[in-house]
Amino acid sequence: MKYVSEFRDKKFIVPLVAELRRIIDRPLRIMEVCGTHTMAIFRHGLRAILPEELELISGPGCPVCVTSAAHIDAFIDIAARDGVRVAIFGDLFRVPGASGSLARAQSMGARVEIVYSPMDALTLAEKYPGEEVVFLSVGFETTIPLVAATILEAERRELDNFTVFSAHKIMPPALAALLDDPELRLDGLLCPGHVSTIIGAAAYAPLAENYGLSCVVAGFEPVDILQAVILLAKQAREKRSVVENGYARAVSWQGNPRARKLMSDVFAPVDCQWRGLGVIPASGMAIRERYGCFDAEKRFAIRLTEAPEPKGCLCGQILKGKKNPADCPLFAGRCTPLAPVGPCMVSSEGTCAAYYRYARV
Amino acid sequence: MKPLATILLDHGSGGRASQELIRNLFLPHLDNPVLACMEDSALVDTGAGRLAFTTDSYVVDPIFFPGGDIGRLAVNGTINDLAMRGARPICLSLALILEEGLPMEDLQRIILSVQAACRGADVPVVTGDTKVVPRGKGDKIFINTSGIGLVDGDVQISAMNARPGDAVILSGSMGDHGITILTQRAGLSLQGDLTSDTMALHRLVRKMLDEAPGAVHTLRDPTRGGVATSLNEIAEAARVSVELEEGDIPVKPEVGAACEILGMDPLYLANEGKLLALVDKDHAGRVLDIMRSLPEGADAAIIGRVTAGPAGRVVLKTIAGGARIAPSLTGEPLPRIC
Repeated sequence: MKYVSEFRDKKFIVPLVAELRRIIDRPLRIMEVCGTHTMAIFRHGLRAILPEELELISGPGCPVCVTSAAHIDAFIDIAARDGVRVAIFGDLFRVPGASGSLARAQSMGARVEIVYSPMDALTLAEKYPGEEVVFLSVGFETTIPLVAATILEAERRELDNFTVFSAHKIMPPALAALLDDPELRLDGLLCPGHVSTIIGAAAYAPLAENYGLSCVVAGFEPVDILQAVILLAKQAREKRSVVENGYARAVSWQGNPRARKLMSDVFAPVDCQWRGLGVIPASGMAIRERYGCFDAEKRFAIRLTEAPEPKGCLCGQILKGKKNPADCPLFAGRCTPLAPVGPCMVSSEGTCAAYYRYARV
Repeated sequence: MKPLATILLDHGSGGRASQELIRNLFLPHLDNPVLACMEDSALVDTGAGRLAFTTDSYVVDPIFFPGGDIGRLAVNGTINDLAMRGARPICLSLALILEEGLPMEDLQRIILSVQAACRGADVPVVTGDTKVVPRGKGDKIFINTSGIGLVDGDVQISAMNARPGDAVILSGSMGDHGITILTQRAGLSLQGDLTSDTMALHRLVRKMLDEAPGAVHTLRDPTRGGVATSLNEIAEAARVSVELEEGDIPVKPEVGAACEILGMDPLYLANEGKLLALVDKDHAGRVLDIMRSLPEGADAAIIGRVTAGPAGRVVLKTIAGGARIAPSLTGEPLPRIC
């Protein structure tokens, strides 16, 4: 595949690994924020060839994993109601809340449709005019503008049987909250490529300034990841901490202002519960009053209830990079991708799922 | 979490959930030495020779797709399950479960397709059955086919026969069928020609066994669960490890591109016209030449080797120069979120 296989080719990777080994002069703790990075690192077997001094820890950048159990339970509650059909991205299907999962709800008769774009949910709303179609939306800045555009389109088409349940979250406040934790000693941040196409590399400047942390935006192919890690290692060696863009073919300094405007036209920041991280101020995105008729929480009078984390589950600690999946007593025993206890096991981008699929020996 | 109390789609995925259902429910209650082999076909000793017997149900949605339809799939799939034990397919049964309201035109199209597949493969349907269920109680059409074949006296093909040193050969590109169905289901219109690879493989197997006697130890058609899951099953049955070279596994560019978009790994996508052969390493080149001389195996490639490592372990050496395990599929492959 042109422009993909080149970024996976051993002939470029081997010299990059050699360069990294030359530059790295002390143990480095780097967090890959994004779940897609975690998965790419495993899928391409990079852990087997990276220098031992490099410790890669996974961050909170898997949207399904950080969705609170209270949200999942509310999703299931809506899905189980008469006359409702819910649309979701596939990753949400098996995520367990306190009261089962959407997969289980479907097997009991709930109508759950897996879609590839929020616009597909609009098509469903037109196809089933007698039903309430609810898009259960989980995602970061990469997803939110699409959902905003979908709501605007629903308004244009005057659809009155379509709503969105917004469990959206935005990344910068969560990263700041994470870095406020004194236990987390990080040497650098591998910043998420997809999210950065929207928020721009500039969004990390406050982190570099306020926390003295090296930040490099990275793409998702092995060559991209290695180049970004090299930039981080160079900063560490030269005792600099700035933002660099290692994914210039997709990410600009300013990001995508049009997408951000779309997002802020339709959504407003609210305090939001993150699984494992607690309530983070202004880290969620609620549908604005102006578009209240498309807000599923209002239409179905949903009140999020406090849901306890499953006993023994370390997802919270793992999402903060404080623990490894192998530290969890449930990992690969009671908790597997087939019968996940915690969210990090169920999402294909979850840290535990990545360890389970690719790192067990 | 409590043990699963209802059947989930995962149980039909051909991955770990399906295997657990078989191990925990079917095998304990129906156990006998033939069933316990858990191969693509059962081999039953009749006293006058070995009979291969297999059955498979087809529930694909959509029922018509680029490269085939549910009828052709049902014929080829069962023929292939017989061929994977080295059997000569003799005849098939065809059982239809039809949903009230299915257009007669669709049924006719499917039966003509069954006819064409049977003629092409030279394996007849010799018995059949039809049931109709009320609208909404089925999904257009489900098909079950069973097949009978004969195994020549000297042929010994089994997952248990794989041994360290064997070459792992794949008969062509992987993932074509699975990605075609997924993109159809998702209504994605992608550039390039994604088509199912549904094809009968018994002639290819015949030629391999006839022209390189004794060289082939194991055959498996990597349908649901894909190449990775089939190799895990073989590695478990034969108590060996398998090492794959990612760069040597044929994947069509359009299939690879669609996988990138949908977040799928082609190692886990279904194939309906491909086989995995585990072959004595000294004869691997010869077997590869034989395979490539037929259209069914034109793109065959050696994709890895069997090693004496831990039982049931499949390792993928990546194009990037790294390595990781490639375990069985756990459930229905789902698209990613972002």
